[in-house]
Amino acid sequence: MANLGQIDSANMDSYEHLLQAADLDDLIQAILEHGYEVYGPTLVDKAITYGKILSSADLPQGWTDEQEGGHYRVKRRTDNAYFGYVVGPHSWKKYLQLPHRPIWKSSRQEQEVQIIEIKEDVPKLAFLGVRSCELHAIAIQDRVLIESDYPNSNYRDRRSGLFTVAVNCTTAAPTCFCTAMQTGPAVTLTSDLTMTEVLEGKRHFFLIESGTELGAQILAQLPLKPSTVEEKQQAQKGIESAETQMRQGPRHFDSSDLKELLYRNFESPSWDKVAERCLSCANCTMACPTCFCSTVEDTTDLSGENAERWERWDSCFTSDFSHITGGSVRADTRSRYRQWMTHKLATWHDQFDSSGCVGCGRCITWCPVGIDLTEEVRTIRNLEQP
Amino acid sequence: MKTIANLLHEHPFFHGLPESDLQFLASCAENCVYHEGEHLAKEDTPANHFFLIRSGRVAVETFVPNRGALCLLTLHGGDIFGWSWLFPPYISAFDARALEEVRSIRLGGACLREKCETEPRLGFELMKRFARIATERLQSARIQLLDIYGSTPPEPGTTP
Amino acid sequence: MIPEVYKVIHRQEEYPGTFTLHLESPASPPMVYGPGQFNMLYAFGTGESAISFSGLEVEEGLLVHTIRAQGTVTRALERLKKGDSLGVRGPFGRGWPLQGIEGKELLLIAGGLGLAPLRPVVYRAWQGKLKASRARLFYGARRPTELLYGDEIPHWITKLDVVMSVDHGDNAWPGHIGVITDPLQASDIDGANTVAFLCGPEIMMRFCIQVLLRKGVPESAIYLSMERNMKCAIGLCGHCQWGPNFICKDGPVFCYQDIRAWFQIHGL
Repeated sequence: MANLGQIDSANMDSYEHLLQAADLDDLIQAILEHGYEVYGPTLVDKAITYGKILSSADLPQGWTDEQEGGHYRVKRRTDNAYFGYVVGPHSWKKYLQLPHRPIWKSSRQEQEVQIIEIKEDVPKLAFLGVRSCELHAIAIQDRVLIESDYPNSNYRDRRSGLFTVAVNCTTAAPTCFCTAMQTGPAVTLTSDLTMTEVLEGKRHFFLIESGTELGAQILAQLPLKPSTVEEKQQAQKGIESAETQMRQGPRHFDSSDLKELLYRNFESPSWDKVAERCLSCANCTMACPTCFCSTVEDTTDLSGENAERWERWDSCFTSDFSHITGGSVRADTRSRYRQWMTHKLATWHDQFDSSGCVGCGRCITWCPVGIDLTEEVRTIRNLEQP
Repeated sequence: MKTIANLLHEHPFFHGLPESDLQFLASCAENCVYHEGEHLAKEDTPANHFFLIRSGRVAVETFVPNRGALCLLTLHGGDIFGWSWLFPPYISAFDARALEEVRSIRLGGACLREKCETEPRLGFELMKRFARIATERLQSARIQLLDIYGSTPPEPGTTP
Repeated sequence: MIPEVYKVIHRQEEYPGTFTLHLESPASPPMVYGPGQFNMLYAFGTGESAISFSGLEVEEGLLVHTIRAQGTVTRALERLKKGDSLGVRGPFGRGWPLQGIEGKELLLIAGGLGLAPLRPVVYRAWQGKLKASRARLFYGARRPTELLYGDEIPHWITKLDVVMSVDHGDNAWPGHIGVITDPLQASDIDGANTVAFLCGPEIMMRFCIQVLLRKGVPESAIYLSMERNMKCAIGLCGHCQWGPNFICKDGPVFCYQDIRAWFQIHGL
């Protein structure tokens, strides 16, 4: 997959091709034939999560999700849409920045120590059904994990061969606020392929366009027909309705001054208030598609001669996270929530030239007590008023 | 040969004080040398003097039966010692002992008090100078209590 | 990043629980590093710890690290004997800014173990390489028995003004008893022409900075070395985040002017 450059695809004019929904499996098979492992949405454990896709039958066709702060349910749709839901508890980062991976193994004989890097034979990955906010999340993680003096080589290797099929959102959950973060609902970053699903009466099709050479090659293998102006308008209407839904919803806000707002409010009383509710459970950081923190674990076998180092996801909500001799620097929930939110929305700008939030709403849905990032922003702003 | 007023003038404690004030105070002051081991002040005895240390090291200490003299801080050229002469019952709270030859000027406590009473403007000026040094000493003592170089910081609630 | 294997060729106990290791790599070319940077030292099977350089890079490719045993990893490093192997990743971070000292008064202010990252600067000042108009070291420690590099300090004072202060000391102690801020306060400092490097407990650095500012040393001429939890040392793991900084790559040495906004926020 190419670098995630900015494109203007809110405009449907470039979607010249139409793929019948009945032919969606052809797309999956074409990608598989190119040697990719295909991952996409699947219905597992009563949630739409990302898993292995071998055919269109693996997709949660006809399902949708119901989301609110601290609330998630899947339910049947009245139609057979393939992508009629938004994002679930998983994000693509689990395939790019692995949740748990070996780094090195080491052995010791007498006074001699050997350390050997564990290199993964990286699979060719294809993601099917990537939302615009998620492409932005991948771009954000790229800046952290690749565009560094010392890149995470495993992430880089997995990422560099990535093939993406993005999907424009035509529906939004109440927890979605990508309009506030300017990351959607229309796909605005380069993707190998981008599709918009349309269900109109008895018709069910995808408008599809390629953003890369490889995407175009795959398109050439599919039974496509040219799209009409009317079909493009139908697709456009879907995206616009998702956009309107969010803009009129309670979670849309002006994010242009977030950095300055939070930099002024390290001592806001709102941190004490949210700390009374926050369980420091780390769910938000695990569900967040951009949270990148990790830690390492060193272990030995019983002989004491063989050791391994593993890396795993970590969270700034744990007490160990900021531990230095004598204790944790962030000893209480107030300082940890403040760290998380202020990093995501403010200090991230100084470190990586963008916000760390894409407005996907996962942290809201998967917070067991329903803490809402957008509401916290509002509270801080309101408390700042003289 | 330097007069006492010259010596007062040289000490940082009196920096910036008008010549007339120094002349006024000079009659309370005498030049005084302590040899290593000699005491400038002893705990629980009358505190008759205020000391300006010109050179040498002075240990402010207290005696612990099973450890001997326990030094709380050292004072050096440019420092002052003693404010117990300022308040009744005019009794020293700690020992002050010369760790090497100490050249000092000592001013009589009763004499200073009297001058300050008759010249309240000067009295207030000196009081401000004492208060500043007392505050600095208190801050230092607090930092010392923190035991910041220890391998574990003090337990919460035990900080002064 | 995979550690290189180094061998302990010399081990010196500074005082109980604090020791200095001299390391040599049988395979790798000498590491090029700057004073104030650090390495991640890997104790086999136990983990890594961030430890500053305490030696001279010209010491025949040796790495010198002074370590206090206070966690699992450093206690494992404490058990290393001459000939034992360990892993080394580095060098990491931004060190002391040695350019721009020429003609200035250099103040090195160290507290406790904080002398270790400043020792390479002391060496250079001693050798006259920094071309400072004057170099002084203020060193605060807990007690005379807990001083680093006690056998070297008598050599340092031949070319450097060294002022030492301990919290507790007996009659044999020739320096100050009290806190390091007192002799700093009493010293003559040409504020506008001074560059100060501080390393020690954060409380100590805070108080010393207040003294320096009162003496007219500009915020832009005050540098300090910060400590936070470090895991990856390369800005990827997030542990050492401090405001918009990663201590591991944006620090550990910061200019006070750049970080003063973050310095007073508790629990950052």
